[in-house]
Amino acid sequence: MARDDAPWKPSNLAKAARIGELVERVTHPIAKRTYRKGFPYLPPTIPLGVEVPEDEPTLGADYDTDWARRSPAKFVRKGLVNGPIRLTIQGLASPKVYGVDRLHDLAQLKDPPPLIFTPNHHSHLDTAVMAVAVPEPWRSKLVVAAAADYFFDKRWKATMAALALNAIPIDREVTGRKSSDMIKELIEDGWSLMIYPEGGRSPDGWGQDFKGGAAYLSGRTGAAVVPVFIDGTGALFGKGMKRPKFGTTKVVFGAPLRALDDENTRRFSARIEAAVTELGDESLTDFWTARQRSARNESTKLTGPEYTGWRRQWALSERREMGTAGLRRRQKRRWPDIGN
Amino acid sequence: MPRPGFVLEVDKSTPPILFWRGENFSLEKLPAGRSRVIYAPEPLPAIEDVDGAIRHALLNPIEQDPLPEQLFPGMKLTIAFDDVSLPLPKMQRPDIRQRVIEAVLDMAAEAGVDDVHIISALALHRRMTEAELRHAVGDRVYDAFAPRGTLYQHDAEDPENLSYLGTTPHGEDVEINKRAAESDLLVYVNINLVAMDGGWKSTATGLSSYKSLRHHHNPETMIHSRSFMDQHRSELHKSNWRMGKVLLDSGVKVFQIETTLNTDTFPSPFGFLAKREWEWKPSDRMTFLASTKALNRTPTRLARKIFHSIEAPHQMTSVQAGDVEAVHRITTEHVYKQQLVEVKGQTDILTLGIPYISPYNVHSILNPILVMCMGLGYYFNMYKGMPLVREGGVIIMTHPTQPDFHPVHHPSYIDFFEQVLADTTDPKVMSQKWEKQYAEDEWYKHLYRTTYAYHGVHPFYMWYWGSHALQHCSRIIIVGGDPKTVRRLGFVPASTMDDALEIASDVVGRAPTITHLHAPPLMVADVS
Repeated sequence: MARDDAPWKPSNLAKAARIGELVERVTHPIAKRTYRKGFPYLPPTIPLGVEVPEDEPTLGADYDTDWARRSPAKFVRKGLVNGPIRLTIQGLASPKVYGVDRLHDLAQLKDPPPLIFTPNHHSHLDTAVMAVAVPEPWRSKLVVAAAADYFFDKRWKATMAALALNAIPIDREVTGRKSSDMIKELIEDGWSLMIYPEGGRSPDGWGQDFKGGAAYLSGRTGAAVVPVFIDGTGALFGKGMKRPKFGTTKVVFGAPLRALDDENTRRFSARIEAAVTELGDESLTDFWTARQRSARNESTKLTGPEYTGWRRQWALSERREMGTAGLRRRQKRRWPDIGN
Repeated sequence: MPRPGFVLEVDKSTPPILFWRGENFSLEKLPAGRSRVIYAPEPLPAIEDVDGAIRHALLNPIEQDPLPEQLFPGMKLTIAFDDVSLPLPKMQRPDIRQRVIEAVLDMAAEAGVDDVHIISALALHRRMTEAELRHAVGDRVYDAFAPRGTLYQHDAEDPENLSYLGTTPHGEDVEINKRAAESDLLVYVNINLVAMDGGWKSTATGLSSYKSLRHHHNPETMIHSRSFMDQHRSELHKSNWRMGKVLLDSGVKVFQIETTLNTDTFPSPFGFLAKREWEWKPSDRMTFLASTKALNRTPTRLARKIFHSIEAPHQMTSVQAGDVEAVHRITTEHVYKQQLVEVKGQTDILTLGIPYISPYNVHSILNPILVMCMGLGYYFNMYKGMPLVREGGVIIMTHPTQPDFHPVHHPSYIDFFEQVLADTTDPKVMSQKWEKQYAEDEWYKHLYRTTYAYHGVHPFYMWYWGSHALQHCSRIIIVGGDPKTVRRLGFVPASTMDDALEIASDVVGRAPTITHLHAPPLMVADVS
């Protein structure tokens, strides 16, 4: 015996059947007429032997981010960066920023030139940390080069990335003509760029070799490259971690670099990598030690030691121990000395 | 193109002129037809590529080998730098000393130099706090050297760390910091705010001891320096140069790096302070009104805090390195290029608005002795040729001159005010009667060495600084000063500028000529 309120009791099922019949009676003739009319009410049929061109993609590297640089989006972004993003980053990663004075001269100019910021990349937190750490006047006119295949593969992700971080899609491996044209236009319009020369997050905590994109874009646009080292984000929310941890981070800005007259993209890229490496050393030790090691070509490589396996991870843990950035460790309990 | 300095002849249509009054300012109407106002030249354009210019100076020094060629592994390198007394107000970060020191360290690292000491050359001034050191040399240099104990401050009372190098032909003892004297190379990083800074004064004064300093910081030298800003007529300068010769003969190798700054003194909200009054825009007028009204109601301590937080947008106009004397000749030219104003003839009355700051009260109080030093020691001496005020003339200063002293920074000043000035205001008498006692007082030495106190003898030096003006002028009047305090200084108090002019009239007559030095920004009057 079915309960009175069960949806499948005979009286309810009968009601549903009646409604179904009614809908069918109304829609069937319409559908029939439409089907009979065919195209253009229905999709066209394709002639044999004809190849239909594919629709122009609107995602990935082709996602149009123009709207994100207009006033309404800028206004919303300003609120997001100075509100929830800043609060989250402060609470989660407490970034300490060093070396901003190295940009003082450019900031003092009447029209500060656009710059290309090239931080190392260990975590999704890096972009948010940079969005907070980059000094004005560049912060409010900063676009972020984001992997087209990761951040722009779905429309909602693309919209969020463009709105919150002013991200623009860029190919990871090679800076394509389209991307580089777009960046050139943006820089000519006074926008600064943040690009991760490693191409993606570190898979194992050590850095990766720098790709030539930043150096190439600097050569093409004439914008100076600012090396940046971010320390600690890998330990907080590195690749493969499901949840972020609380800790501290350091962001060290270097002096702006430009390609020398006789310097090709590859050599300039190597110089950018060396500058970020030296900043990494500076963040772990101090300015003088880093400078001495760099002069002796003894700076610890961003990419870590050559060997593999556990020794590599072992070396990484040693490096993290040296730095002050990283996970917040519980203070050792100190018992008061009450004498014996 | 910045405009040169300017002498305004005051007429009936001239607006009231800005006068500093410590942590406040006022507008004063000067008598038309017989008053003039001297305005400083506008700030010279800054060097665009500062780091490039520093590097160029180090690689192409004057009358010395390039710095990298003087650096070698295993050497002892000492970098000394000017202390908190320069520049004024403190400059916006990054301080020029930081930039120069970092450039020197870059080259030292390339050359494989490990033994580097960085010393604040503060002579008998107070120690700099950590924040002040960080501001001067930057966080990077501070964090790299201070924890290792290789960034520290000169101690003029530490016999173990002083090196006696001999005497000059005039019998002046030369004693400087031991580490600096024994280094393979001493790099001195200077900021040349006025023409008397730099040269051998950097090392022979900044890194020396009382034993050495007393030979040129005395009434005799000060009276015969006419002025400190004119090297050829400054006994102070000559004494330092003689000591420099002893340093050279003793084998001390100095690589001097001197920088000059423009006169961009106040950041934008206070920009009107450096403007000519008739060029004030409505916003300047509003700011002036709002700030004076607010400051009138602000407790002095808070007002001091506000003013001492001002960071000047000074920018570098030149940098040169190499041989001390050759470098300083060029530096002085740059200083004059920025600061010289041609002025014709002397005046009966010189009016001076005394601001909140002097080299000796950074983050501190401009006590009555420093008010005297600022007006009669510094502003009076901002001339070449002859003093702005005629012999027997009158100086009128505007300042509240309260008996306020910073107990940590200026402990011996308090006793100097109560004990020495109660006895005499004559520099010569006090130097003979009281100086030794203060200079050798163990408690003052202890405070100087272990806290943030100026040396016990420092208030004497401040008083001597004004010796020439005291001898030259027949009356000193302070408008707005606390009467009892002003009288203790040996000066005459007045409540308004009109009163002061009235008081001066029995010395300079009923229709004296008046000149107002519209400083800061700093300038040197080239009086002919």
